[in-house]
Amino acid sequence: MSFPFLLRRLVLVIPTLIGVSIIVFVLLRVVPGDPIMMMIPPGATEDDIDHLRQLYGLDKPILEQYFDWFSEVLKGDFGTSISLRQDVVELILSRLPATIELAVAAMFISVILGTLLALIGTFWSNRWPEIIVDGFTGLNQAIPDFLWGLIFILVLGVLWPLLPVSGRIDPRISLDLVSQFYIAESLIRGEFSVFLTLIKHMIMPAIALALPLTAVISRSLKASLRETMTQDYIRMAQIKGFGPWRILIVEALRNAMIPTVALSGVQFNFLLGGTVLIERIFSYPGIGNMSIGAVIDRDLPLIQGLIITFAILFIITNLVIDMSYRTLNPRVRNE
Amino acid sequence: MSEPTQSRRVHQSSLIRVWLGGIVIGLFFLIAVFAPWIAPHDPLKQDLFSGLMAPFWLDNHDPAFLLGTDSLGRDVLSRLIYGTQVALIVAFIAASLAALLGTVLGLLAGYYGGWLDTVVSRLVEIWMAFPPVLLSIVLVAVIGTGLHSVVIAIVIIDWTRFCRVVRAETLVQREQEYISSAVSIGFERWTILWREILPNVLPLLVTLLTLEMGIAVIVEAILSFVGLSVSSDQATWGGLIQEGRQYVHSAWWVMSLPMICIIIAVLAFNALGDGLRAILDPVMRR
Repeated sequence: MSFPFLLRRLVLVIPTLIGVSIIVFVLLRVVPGDPIMMMIPPGATEDDIDHLRQLYGLDKPILEQYFDWFSEVLKGDFGTSISLRQDVVELILSRLPATIELAVAAMFISVILGTLLALIGTFWSNRWPEIIVDGFTGLNQAIPDFLWGLIFILVLGVLWPLLPVSGRIDPRISLDLVSQFYIAESLIRGEFSVFLTLIKHMIMPAIALALPLTAVISRSLKASLRETMTQDYIRMAQIKGFGPWRILIVEALRNAMIPTVALSGVQFNFLLGGTVLIERIFSYPGIGNMSIGAVIDRDLPLIQGLIITFAILFIITNLVIDMSYRTLNPRVRNE
Repeated sequence: MSEPTQSRRVHQSSLIRVWLGGIVIGLFFLIAVFAPWIAPHDPLKQDLFSGLMAPFWLDNHDPAFLLGTDSLGRDVLSRLIYGTQVALIVAFIAASLAALLGTVLGLLAGYYGGWLDTVVSRLVEIWMAFPPVLLSIVLVAVIGTGLHSVVIAIVIIDWTRFCRVVRAETLVQREQEYISSAVSIGFERWTILWREILPNVLPLLVTLLTLEMGIAVIVEAILSFVGLSVSSDQATWGGLIQEGRQYVHSAWWVMSLPMICIIIAVLAFNALGDGLRAILDPVMRR
């Protein structure tokens, strides 16, 4: 992986982001509901309404509005939220860490669980563990993350109330953390009781987000493990007398991982996008939950900022995955 | 010796999947078509005195309401039956339109290349940078609720799934020998695209279309769940989930039953799609 490659990829990101911003902007400007009408207090005069419209620049033609907005965005200013009356960038930054912690936890779970299932299914191939793994994968492909979330709430929140079903932390706990990365910070500071309640709140939404991706990973990895296990160098390792688990994990896994890593870019994006509904279902205070609220309130500056934030997150994940693919795969490494 | 028996077994299990999936979807289809005759009650008829009645497997249920009632006293079974209509209409129409749009753009981009390919590929790339669920919610908020806007939202979001695959496959087919022979005989470009390339892309397309129908069922449920699908008094599976969630502590079954319907429908579409993939295209059997 070379520096020019990274630079080329980063340059290509710019037109994509501009495209995203244009589409969002135009899309939101044809909204029938007038955002101004939702802000005005009862008894506002025609003059007040015109004044507000002017304040938010909604009286200008779309093209002019876009260029005004875009030149501010280039300076890092996404405007002021209409419904919450706060700076959009500040609002998003205050909620983003919660979403990042949730998404990273979910990605972690799906990679570990998916790999484990694929290894189990390959090791006991054609026997009952493989049948269970295949059955789980098949069923999992029919259950989207938000249904998993509701199933968890039903089973672990209502029928056997073992886990909290909403929020990020117990409201009775007073927090004196400085960052919004609660889990990371409580761990670093050694506040394990806080850490434990955080985990308890996160476990259900994280697993719900992780399960669809787990199915994709285990299915794809199992298929390529099966193929890798017939290769000559694996035969060679068997002849050398290496144990079956060692061959599977040390010799086969690394090569079999390559196609799975290549396909996981899009899949990680689905997981990130899934936070929108999952956070809503679990009343988790991240940017996903905030997005649905922003759409319902027709808060144009906030929706624009949130979609651009998601697009940036998507692009970063894709870039990271692309680079790990290149690191893993010697055939494209030196291109 | 083991190779042919292995592939025959794969073939057989694929046939079973196609049959199972097909039969289940056929049943849903019959339920949707004959809903007015099957449904024991009017799905919209409220009776506030008989709200949240238990289903048949619990004590003190009313035999007139097999699966119980929701908080407004509406029959859950009838609402599930009518919800099948919405789910299937969305699945077939939205998935087909998304397939049509994606395939046309994918074929043209893959075959003609040049600036057309650049534009289409760029568009796909931009589309992939949108969070799909959020985009669908924004779209329906923009277009307004209703069956047609749910269909439009799904088409606008998911055409890229078809476009990417069809474009890639067209690029592969374009380099095949039979295409250069067709060119040397003097076939028109359109004829080649229509008569030579499209039939070869078709198996892949049928598989994708079936899988997309399952996705469409889920997206419709998501939009109903957020309260942005069809009008709120029309019965939908997602709407029923949303209602059931509000009183999940007192009547957990209201939320669970439509979830089971969605899972069965998506499983059936997936089984059909996976089976067809294996049968129609032996190269893709992996």
